[in-house]
Amino acid sequence: MSSALTLRHRRRCTAIVAVGLLALLTACGGSGSGGTTGGGSGSSEPIKVGSILDETGPLNIYGKAMSDATKLAISDINAKGGVNGRMLQLVSYDAQSDNAKYTQYATTLAQKDKVAVVMGGITSASREAIRPVLDRTKTLYFYNEQYEGGVCDENTFLTGVVPSQQLAALVPYAMNKYGKKVYVVAADYNYGRISTQWVEKYASENGGSVVTSEFIPLESTDFRSVINNLQAGRPDVVMSLLVGGNHIAFYRQYSSTGLIKTLPLVSATFGLGNEQVVLSPAEDKGIVIATPYIQSLDNPENKRFVALWHKQYGDNYPYITDSAVTAWNGWHLWAAAANAAKSVDRAAVTKALEAGISIDAPSGKVTMDGKSHHVIQNVSIGETNSTQGFTVLDTKADVPPAFEQEVCDLVANPATNKQFTP
Amino acid sequence: MHGDQLVNFAASLLTSVALLVVISLGLAVIFGMMGVINLAHGEFLMLGAFFTLSGVRAGLNVWLAMIAAALAVGLVGLAVERLLIQFLYGRLAATMLATWGLSLILVQVVVLAYGPATQGIPTPLGAVRVGRYSLSEYNLVLIGAALLLLAVVFLVFTRTRYGTMARAATQLPDMAGAVGINARRVNMLTFGFGAALAGAGGALLAPVAGVVPSMGQAYVGRAFMTVVVGGPGVLTGTATAAGLLGSVDSLVSNVFSSFLGTASLLLVAIVLLRLLPTGISGRWRRQL
Repeated sequence: MSSALTLRHRRRCTAIVAVGLLALLTACGGSGSGGTTGGGSGSSEPIKVGSILDETGPLNIYGKAMSDATKLAISDINAKGGVNGRMLQLVSYDAQSDNAKYTQYATTLAQKDKVAVVMGGITSASREAIRPVLDRTKTLYFYNEQYEGGVCDENTFLTGVVPSQQLAALVPYAMNKYGKKVYVVAADYNYGRISTQWVEKYASENGGSVVTSEFIPLESTDFRSVINNLQAGRPDVVMSLLVGGNHIAFYRQYSSTGLIKTLPLVSATFGLGNEQVVLSPAEDKGIVIATPYIQSLDNPENKRFVALWHKQYGDNYPYITDSAVTAWNGWHLWAAAANAAKSVDRAAVTKALEAGISIDAPSGKVTMDGKSHHVIQNVSIGETNSTQGFTVLDTKADVPPAFEQEVCDLVANPATNKQFTP
Repeated sequence: MHGDQLVNFAASLLTSVALLVVISLGLAVIFGMMGVINLAHGEFLMLGAFFTLSGVRAGLNVWLAMIAAALAVGLVGLAVERLLIQFLYGRLAATMLATWGLSLILVQVVVLAYGPATQGIPTPLGAVRVGRYSLSEYNLVLIGAALLLLAVVFLVFTRTRYGTMARAATQLPDMAGAVGINARRVNMLTFGFGAALAGAGGALLAPVAGVVPSMGQAYVGRAFMTVVVGGPGVLTGTATAAGLLGSVDSLVSNVFSSFLGTASLLLVAIVLLRLLPTGISGRWRRQL
């Protein structure tokens, strides 16, 4: 069987994003002097940029939307005139939900394609697979997905929401609303394990406790024993930190026992893979999440983004996920920094990013925090509604990555390279 | 142990066993009767789930949708046998490679047709309360369906003309040929029947799993383990292996954690295969 496995075709997909000529003309017309910026930079060769995401396999529930967002972000940047007058050319690889492929493709992107920046990785395991490769090959790296926090690395910028933004808001909200005893069901790898420590920390800070935490392998689809233990444990609220297509079975089984009506569920990961669609509208109600982006957010940039998205991918596209917007934000932050630096050189872009560049994102204003390489952003509490989407209950503006700011100062100590845990 | 806990335990155990039966029976039929190792088995399960989803979305009653899905996967199985498998009989590695390739194709076709997002259908029936626990009534359906599928396999292979021919073709292929049994046709039907059983398994999973193109991979490992531990007896082997592995998994999961449950299931499978290399039913008088 292993010989058959290696024959699994290695799909290499190089997408050359065409220039939206009409949009370019419009953009140039707006700026007035656009005609000269195009030729002024000397080189008209496109800038190669790289992306590695899981477009197939169990993680494609996140990866497909992130890959769509990546393509849309590149064409949006190009439509606005590119970076320093040059177009971006996306080189993307599908890691097929296989961490070994991440390492392989990261090496290819850095050494063969010689891209200016690599964005990608979905699970924390995949991030830790490629981060050392890109450190070693001195290729700038963006990780655009919610994660357990604490990574401190000069070469890496992390645009996803971290526990000190997300769980710090979600855990107290859940405890105030439902009660003090929390039962954690988490995916069994670094994300779930470290995030559970965060839940414990925020629960005890708010006078509650984690009664039990259970860790489930990513391959697991049978949650009956979890649901039995959960009923025996009698918590006030269940926190799900489950990840991937297989774990979606948990929500189905939770709902089929009728627990969803009697035992409240909150989650840091629910919705990132459009989990809400798996439940029928009646079952769906009242699951509480906290993310920077919720599609129904009311701001002009989000309106533009959603319209652009539906124009590109059709009106029937499922709910746009937070992961997709995080990928979009990563690309726009990098492009803004490269434009500010007037260069795509790693050191120059890093300097511009560390200066605290900010963009108007669909999730609101997103600002790079120079010292920690994480972002300051809005965090919204949302609740599933009867249209299989989320209703925004509350938005906290400009939430800093407090823990990362506390432990990580890459401006003073650029040599730091580790992941801090609570 | 309290009464309610005991009932809950028992229901959970029986459901674990039933799940293993429904996900592995189709594989067992194709392997046991034809000697074909169908690496696309997981994808047949997945197709069953997606066809059920389509049926429900088209307004069909969920039970009818499940039956229709099983039959539809059976038809897919017939087509696969005609277009692919029939050229590869007797070449074990070639069939494995071909079905592996088929599994990749099926996953991508479904991604293109339905999108990569996970979908789901509501679980039919409700939940009953037993003391402090609430139990999904659908679990009882799973247990019933497992018994029903075992009965169907038994009746098909012992009470129908096709079944007799299929068993003859398995046990004494030359003699079967000599008395005029058309092995090509029998094989085609067997593959279709196995595929339909896999489709039924997937259909039964649809309301309790996330319906997603990659879902086959999550079940195929356990299905293979059940069939290998069960050995050559299609019915007896699968049923006993599912009973044993399902019980171990369920007991350990409930007492300790689901991680240790999976680990203990693997451990039992390894120990059993060390002691009985041909599977539980390996030394039994081969019947079914």
